[in-house]
Amino acid sequence: MIHDLVKYLSNPRNQDAVVHLLLVHIRLALVPLLIGLLAALPIGWAAQRYRRVRALVLGASNVLYTVPSLALFVILPSIIGTRILDELNVVVALALYTAALLVRPVVDALDALPAHVLAAATAVGYRPVRRFLTVELPLAVPVLAAGVRVASVSNISLVSVGALIGVGGLGQLFTEGFQNAYNPPIVVGIALTLALALVVDLLLVAGRSLLTPWQGQRAGRRRLVGAA
Amino acid sequence: MTRTWTRLLSALATGALAVGLTACGSSNPLTPASTTAGGADNTIVVGSADFTENVLLAEIYAGALRGAGAKVTVKPRVGTREALVKGLQDKSLGVVPEYSGNLLAYLDKSATQTTPDEVYTALKAKVPSGLTVLQQSQAEDSDVLVVTQQTATQNNLATVEDLGPKCGDYVFGAAGEWKQRWEAKIKQLYGCTFKEIRTTDAGGPVTVEALKGGQVQVANLFTTASAIKANGFVQLKDTKRMYPAQNVVPFGRTDALGEAAAAALNKVSAALTTDKLTALVARVEVDKENAADVAADFLRDSGIPS
Amino acid sequence: MIFSELADWLTDPANWTGHGGLLHRVAEHLRYTVIAVLGAAVVAVPLGLAVGHSGRGGTVVVGLANAMRALPTLGVITLLSLQLGILRVGPVLLGLGILAVPPILAGSYAGVQSVDRAVVDAAAGVGMTSWQRLWRVEVPIAMPLLLGGLRGAVLQVVATGTVAAYVGLGGLGRPLLDGLRVTDYPRVAGAAVVVAVLAVLLDLVLAAVQRQIVPRGLRLASRTVSGVA
Repeated sequence: MIHDLVKYLSNPRNQDAVVHLLLVHIRLALVPLLIGLLAALPIGWAAQRYRRVRALVLGASNVLYTVPSLALFVILPSIIGTRILDELNVVVALALYTAALLVRPVVDALDALPAHVLAAATAVGYRPVRRFLTVELPLAVPVLAAGVRVASVSNISLVSVGALIGVGGLGQLFTEGFQNAYNPPIVVGIALTLALALVVDLLLVAGRSLLTPWQGQRAGRRRLVGAA
Repeated sequence: MTRTWTRLLSALATGALAVGLTACGSSNPLTPASTTAGGADNTIVVGSADFTENVLLAEIYAGALRGAGAKVTVKPRVGTREALVKGLQDKSLGVVPEYSGNLLAYLDKSATQTTPDEVYTALKAKVPSGLTVLQQSQAEDSDVLVVTQQTATQNNLATVEDLGPKCGDYVFGAAGEWKQRWEAKIKQLYGCTFKEIRTTDAGGPVTVEALKGGQVQVANLFTTASAIKANGFVQLKDTKRMYPAQNVVPFGRTDALGEAAAAALNKVSAALTTDKLTALVARVEVDKENAADVAADFLRDSGIPS
Repeated sequence: MIFSELADWLTDPANWTGHGGLLHRVAEHLRYTVIAVLGAAVVAVPLGLAVGHSGRGGTVVVGLANAMRALPTLGVITLLSLQLGILRVGPVLLGLGILAVPPILAGSYAGVQSVDRAVVDAAAGVGMTSWQRLWRVEVPIAMPLLLGGLRGAVLQVVATGTVAAYVGLGGLGRPLLDGLRVTDYPRVAGAAVVVAVLAVLLDLVLAAVQRQIVPRGLRLASRTVSGVA
């Protein structure tokens, strides 16, 4: 097994192919993460404020998440008019999933904000938008970060499913390996997916610490555990 | 307050930059692939179906096209013929390796031609506007019904005619699209109605395993597959020519394949033979060599620049 | 448009009955889901409860759960199929089980951790043994989060179970992948709809179970690890 793995990895064409697929994978997983987050913020804000919106949005996001990713990748071209091989299909589908996943943490986070802090901000003269961006959001970061971490791992894993429609980043290593009854591409694909997830997770944790300098290690970990 | 705002913005900006950088080497995911106008900006996208031989052929085409001076991207394992044709029609793909008989049957369900030349002539007439087939190769890779050596001896099976009346006893394994394409025809030609048609895969490990393990008694493989010889499977002769001639032929967009490109691909078609193709496929399937490596060797040995 | 074709396909009884029909596929899909989730629960619930109760090994467990979340199911299933034998159901069950462990583990652990320390102290003060504290106090209070984790696991497994068809097995992935190969979009969409409906139905069943099991006083605390974790 090791011997096969070494033989596979020492071929420069294989190396190039793997690196190329990795870059595609990164792009396909992270761009939707960003888009989904940016979409979830205003939607979550609206859901937290207005009860009817909340019920609707939370229900819709639950249902959306049950649609198998593969089906969504395939149906989207007919709905949004992209071409069948466009990576955009995967990006839009994953952005939808990410938004659906993150709406709830946004709502939870905004719910958990201490009312007196918000009152103080209003009293000092902050208007709603500025209050949202400079007070509510930063306080929401820990809960949001936990959600984003789960979404990032989920996206990184879901991108490989796209291989079944010919767009798949590292997923193509799985289909290729299986078709040829050859282990090394699959092993490399799994290892890189894990490594990618780990790196992104570390970056997100670092990002969270950067954005919440007032929070000590312990409090952070506790909240993590609860929302993990 | 302002500090957090700045932190937030800078974090987001760094994130966006990082993602943007990875997007730099390849096409921007948020706009349609720029590799559309093949001939115009000289980038040709070669697609392939999701079985090994086709991936290999795509790599061969890609190598030859590069030798002709084009910039080439390979998109392997796109899917079945339906997806490939769609890709060609919406300009995501420039050229794909195809098989004359099956392509004709796809474009014209009522086609009855079976010999290589007849099929090719009929094919040229049926190709939709904007698309074209170049010269076909003498290399063929046909679908073929196979059984294990044991099944063949026990039931005296040498041709599909022998199989016909006995089909009702057997479970048949093939790719998901087989049923739609051939179920009616095999009944019409050979009086064959299988007990069950089960989806395995396109001549891949699932089909081979299913046949070996007995989950299916008859399976659809491809004539160049290494698994046939490796497992001693018996190919049932298609005496009534249900499967038409399947010569390898490049199928692509007229606006993607300029003169030089077409000439390069025709050289490939001329150099390829069924035996050579079988040997090349074996190198990828059995020896697990990289398809692009094998393609490069073939091009070099045939004197085609790549 | 596509919706009318989809409706036609879903309401055609020929697509539901018989070998390879939707009912058959749903049964297969359900079988994979139930076995995978039960198997995962058998491993993950005791582990999560034990670690949560003892208070030790929490970081390791959370780290393990997160790492497992990152394993791409398609990769795991293809690799296991090549190793353990293609067309055997083991690789798929193992792959889906691996997918189900993290939410269940996280749910059990978070559930026990969420118990107010004061309550545990009170239980100790009243004279309960460690075992009694676990089963009479911590587990009931942990139920919402534990069941939430279970529901999340079921959701993920039902949605991902479609990949079983790629390695030649059955389940609702079969009509999905087969339809995909011939670009029969009504079939693909139909299979997707059935998967979604199945997931929702299973979730409703588990929600009813949750209402039965969870003591009324605790139902307020249903800020569960959301169904998608």
